Amino acid sequence: MAQGLSKRIKSLQFAFLSPDEIRRMNAVKVITADTYDDDGYPIEMGLMDLHLGVIEPNLRCRTCGGRVNECPGHFGIIELAMPVIHVGYAKEIKRLLQLTCRACGRLLPDAPSGSRAEVALEGDDGPATPSPREGKEERSCPHCHEVQQRIVLDKPTTFRENGHKITPKEVRARLERIPDDDVRALGLNPKAGRPEWMVLTVLPVPPVQVRPSITLESGERSEDDLTHKLVDVLRINQRLRENRDMGAPQLVVEDLWELLQYHVTTYFDNQTSGIPPARHRSGRPLKTLAQRLKGKDGRFRSNLSGKRVNFSARTVISPDPMLSINEVGIPVEVGRALTVPLEVTPYNADVAKALVKRGPTPADQDGLYQCGVNYLIREDGQRIKVMDKNAEACAELVTPGCVVERQLINGDIVLFNRQPSLHRMSMMAHFVRILPHKTFRFNLCDCPPYNADFDGDEMNLHVLQSQEARAEAKVLMKVEEHILSPRYGGPIIGMLHDHITGMFLLTYQNPRFNRAEVTYMLSRINMPVPPPAGSDKDRGEFWLGKQLFSLLLPKELTIEYRANIWNKCTDAPLHCPHDAWVVVEKGELKAGAIDKKSVAYEKGALLDAIARNYGVGRARQFLDEASRLAIATIDLRGLSTGIDDEDVPRAARKEIDDVLTAARLKVNELVDQYRKGELEQMPGRSLEETLEVLVRRELGRARDDAGEIAGRQLGLENPAVILARSGARGSMLNLTQMAGAVGQQSVRGERLLRGYFNRTLPHFGRGDLGADARGFVSSSYKRGLAPTEYFFHSMGGREGLVDTAVRTSRSGYMQRRLINALEDLHVDEDRTVRNTAGTIIEYKYGEDGIDPTRSYGGLAVALDEIVTMALGRRLRPSSEDKPEGGAGTPPVTEEEMDLLAEAQLEEEGEEEEAEEVPSPEEGPGFEGE
Amino acid sequence: MPKDEKKPVSKLATQIAEYAEADGVVFPPLVLQALHEKLQNLRLEPPEVKRVVHDVAARFGRARVDPHESVGIIAAQSIGEPGTQMTLRTFHYAGVAEMNVTLGLPRLIELVDARRVPSTPMMTVYVERKHRTDRAAVEKIALQIEVSTIPDVAAIGTVVEDLKVVITPQLSLMHSRGVKRGDIERALQEGIDPRKFKVADGAGSGESRPFEIFLAEAPAPAPGKAKKEEPDEDMPFKRLLAASEAAKAIRIKGLTGIQRALIKKEKDEYVIYTEGSNLEDVLEIEGVDGDRTTTNSIFEIYKVFGIEAARAALIQETSRTLAEQGLTVDIRHLMLVADVMTNEGDIRAIGRHGISGKKTSVLARAAFEITAAHLLRAAITGEADELKGVAENIIVGQPITLGTGAVNLVYRPTVAPKTPPQAVEPPAPIEAADEDEPLVPEG
Repeated sequence: MAQGLSKRIKSLQFAFLSPDEIRRMNAVKVITADTYDDDGYPIEMGLMDLHLGVIEPNLRCRTCGGRVNECPGHFGIIELAMPVIHVGYAKEIKRLLQLTCRACGRLLPDAPSGSRAEVALEGDDGPATPSPREGKEERSCPHCHEVQQRIVLDKPTTFRENGHKITPKEVRARLERIPDDDVRALGLNPKAGRPEWMVLTVLPVPPVQVRPSITLESGERSEDDLTHKLVDVLRINQRLRENRDMGAPQLVVEDLWELLQYHVTTYFDNQTSGIPPARHRSGRPLKTLAQRLKGKDGRFRSNLSGKRVNFSARTVISPDPMLSINEVGIPVEVGRALTVPLEVTPYNADVAKALVKRGPTPADQDGLYQCGVNYLIREDGQRIKVMDKNAEACAELVTPGCVVERQLINGDIVLFNRQPSLHRMSMMAHFVRILPHKTFRFNLCDCPPYNADFDGDEMNLHVLQSQEARAEAKVLMKVEEHILSPRYGGPIIGMLHDHITGMFLLTYQNPRFNRAEVTYMLSRINMPVPPPAGSDKDRGEFWLGKQLFSLLLPKELTIEYRANIWNKCTDAPLHCPHDAWVVVEKGELKAGAIDKKSVAYEKGALLDAIARNYGVGRARQFLDEASRLAIATIDLRGLSTGIDDEDVPRAARKEIDDVLTAARLKVNELVDQYRKGELEQMPGRSLEETLEVLVRRELGRARDDAGEIAGRQLGLENPAVILARSGARGSMLNLTQMAGAVGQQSVRGERLLRGYFNRTLPHFGRGDLGADARGFVSSSYKRGLAPTEYFFHSMGGREGLVDTAVRTSRSGYMQRRLINALEDLHVDEDRTVRNTAGTIIEYKYGEDGIDPTRSYGGLAVALDEIVTMALGRRLRPSSEDKPEGGAGTPPVTEEEMDLLAEAQLEEEGEEEEAEEVPSPEEGPGFEGE
Repeated sequence: MPKDEKKPVSKLATQIAEYAEADGVVFPPLVLQALHEKLQNLRLEPPEVKRVVHDVAARFGRARVDPHESVGIIAAQSIGEPGTQMTLRTFHYAGVAEMNVTLGLPRLIELVDARRVPSTPMMTVYVERKHRTDRAAVEKIALQIEVSTIPDVAAIGTVVEDLKVVITPQLSLMHSRGVKRGDIERALQEGIDPRKFKVADGAGSGESRPFEIFLAEAPAPAPGKAKKEEPDEDMPFKRLLAASEAAKAIRIKGLTGIQRALIKKEKDEYVIYTEGSNLEDVLEIEGVDGDRTTTNSIFEIYKVFGIEAARAALIQETSRTLAEQGLTVDIRHLMLVADVMTNEGDIRAIGRHGISGKKTSVLARAAFEITAAHLLRAAITGEADELKGVAENIIVGQPITLGTGAVNLVYRPTVAPKTPPQAVEPPAPIEAADEDEPLVPEG
């Protein structure tokens, strides 16, 4: 490995390959259309000539004498019997022919004069280069007075002048006549290539390495598409030459010439419009040069912009709450297969030797995994595979200067990634923990940035191979460095699901724990048991939930905010009976329940405050400890929910049914009014639309009322409600759909409409506009859906699935374009934003030069917090301080408010419904990706 | 706050400025304003003010972006990643239930594509202060904006036996649209080709007196063209149909492109929302508040107000689209996208026809789209790729020029002492070097 010395390619020059140059670099003139003889030996002067390079072992290249991996390959040539147009340049040739004199080749007058165009050329291509005026009038050349003719391009490669074909030979002759100065004026660079080179007289034959033939199991040889195409070219070229030399009729020669043109054209691009693509015998179109480069699987996007790598692993993922968020659990098998290069120096030679001596599969020591060595790279670069048998011998070879490829050990840093990699948090650095079993494991808090779950997802892992890479990963890519998201300046890594429930159980209404329980919980985070909060006559000493939680907080932290369970109550923060105001003073939780608003990803105010004020390291510690404590709490207290959590008393059920019946009647009434024409039209809406709006409003209200009645029966002692209200999972809407009524189903934001002629299902009359006929589901999930309701529900569900499928591809392409457009931008040292060409895009990044990651939800500084800390006083948070996701213009009239609320509810409802339906991604039979 | 600027600078403001200067920090206006407000409410003593300002300055300094940060990629990811969470449906715009406006992902794509005409153009027209709260006055303006066609105010019927089209003005509709019979008459005269048709008053009187359109006397056709038109002559009812169609399309009043204008009360003023957009003309209408009136068509804003306004509109529209979906994306990312799109003085799309197609690097362009064309073009013009961008350096396989790739660390070992390394070594000097500097260790 070269060290301290790095060369850079400074620039890449594009140009033409001139016919002379092509001839000069030729290793062999190919004339035979055959490839191998009967013995399977390459035919001389054939397409597989040994001068072109070797692809078989134990043969030597005739040009350079190299073996398979030594010879880079050499070009050959095909001398074309007659010149042929290069398809890619047909348009350009047409332009040149139109702009220059047919006789003397000089630039025609109505193009800009030479000098001016020359100046323009230096700037940019495009507008400055003259384009032919499609004038009809006859022009004559000012230099030789030749009258010009109209030239058209008959796609793809035939030129016609006043209807008469111009042969490629004639085209070439004309291009040859254009003087260099005029070429320059035409926007081309004569130094890069003369225009006549766009008409080919000689065709380079790429080395065999470019078009290797494969030997099938049957011993049959299968040639590359390019070779096939070259065979065609050669064959026709040969016939053309023979016919021409024999003086065959003009017509025959011309036909063959055109055929040669066709083969050369498809050799370059087999998707040229206007001609049928050349096909393989099986009917598959051949993949020729352009196809090799183009598109997603082309050379550029598939092999150059992204590459396959070594030192990587992939397996299924699973959760492990006992790992730190910075860690990843790795199966022993993976640890043994992946290696870290260890450079042997005089200082570590002994250690390295001992390592090599262990061989590739050392036995566990005290039940602990021991790393071995897979390869030893000697100073001369030779790679020796270390095996159990030769381990001792290899150890003797270890000297300073060698590299030992050591297996993974705990504490190594690796990159961990889940596709699709939509943002930089999709690939983060973790520290290795070698663990038994076969999955990659990590802390659940890391799920949101990777967008991972454990229903069969797989993830990739990469081992870094250089010191520089490891250093960068450690400083920039560690998971804790990504707790705060650059997208919105808040935490993207945080607690979820059971963590939140656990925290809530721990802190809500400050429950008491006895010594055994506290010891159990604190043992998870290795913390000594604090003095008890008090003591009670019957049960002895006790500790309080909030007290235990406070152990995790930094000592000076002071903050106050509303919890997720806050329900518009106006009690004083410290004395809120619902525990809905979180007050932390000097690192002590004085009031409030810890829920989603405190610690969850995207929301957690507490987490955010810790990360910004005490550093991401402290935030990591908090997350590690808090998530373990939460799990311990939930272990202790237990939480289970079943469908009987949504049981409602008979009286309430009756009430719900009444509400739904009333709504149905009201809808009928509305429909009647509409039929009689008594409905008052809303401004800007048709009568039908008015009816729809009113009906939907009525039904929406009914659903909400039903939910409200059901919700009244479900208090915070109900586990399902705990989940919903604390923000751990699900919403109250989900619960009311289970207990009350599911509500209106919709497709494209409207009540269900399509199906049969004028009705949704044959169960209803034609033109029935009532609630049931148009997709209102009045049953609850718990009670079960009627057959028609079930059908409607799946209609709504399908829309969600289709939506998701369409959306991913659309947003994927948008992101690709965004990345491509913005990838070159960076903040310069003068803090302006520039692209790599040096153009200033912004004078100051974001107008204030603030990094969104370090901002406070987008604000440059968290004023309240700073003032509080600076003065050591608690200040009431003003509600406008933290920017919330701003809605559009606030609604005004009551009517609008209703509509808006309804719209949002509906949207929400659908969103949730969509999730309920087992999507193919989540279904058991499918892979997680 | 424009009002604050006019007020004499308060004592507090001078204090803040002074302390900030002492810390060597210049606060952006937004921060300054928030700080001022906060401190004013607290009524602090100067030493306390100093303390707070100092802390704010320190935090502000720490929150700045690092040089060489690849802000572009971060912005693109921050906008692209939530794209997967957006809805595909169009939904009505918050506040105006009656109108359908493209939202969500389609709208975002439309914005970055820099489409000339949005799929649902829309204007928000504000009214000048004096009429703002007067519903009638606002309605009057709305009527001037909204297009009224003949079918909007009159019934059109065809009488085949008499070969005429009868247009009967409907008084109530006319009244609600503020159209007089004279307006219809004028429109008919302007809109109907007198060579083909003849407009006359029908029976009746007053405002609702109908109009009748007859076929014009067969104009003496030019001899050559007569044959071509013959089928028409044979079927006069076809021409009659054409007359009724022509009448239906006639615009009596309003601005082109605006199908509907709705009035909504917002706080304590009336605002006009329009379906369809024509900013240029709407600003000409008397009573319209040109300062606040806006459209969702970025191109119209560009045409009328120029590129800076277009940039601001882009930022506002993108951020509103995302916020409406409940997604939080830092505004700096959106600014960057808008700046890239408007940076050259006109609006360029994100994609093949805009920014990506104009990149200086051949390789970067070839890697994006239309690979072969870019390579072929590069050869005839003899282009050189300077390998300064990201994509091209990845292609040739060398470190990119952003972030940690933009700087190099050069280690210059001190000349090795002849004796073996001693216990205490002087720390090796480490310095950041420019990327052009040779990386060969000295000595």
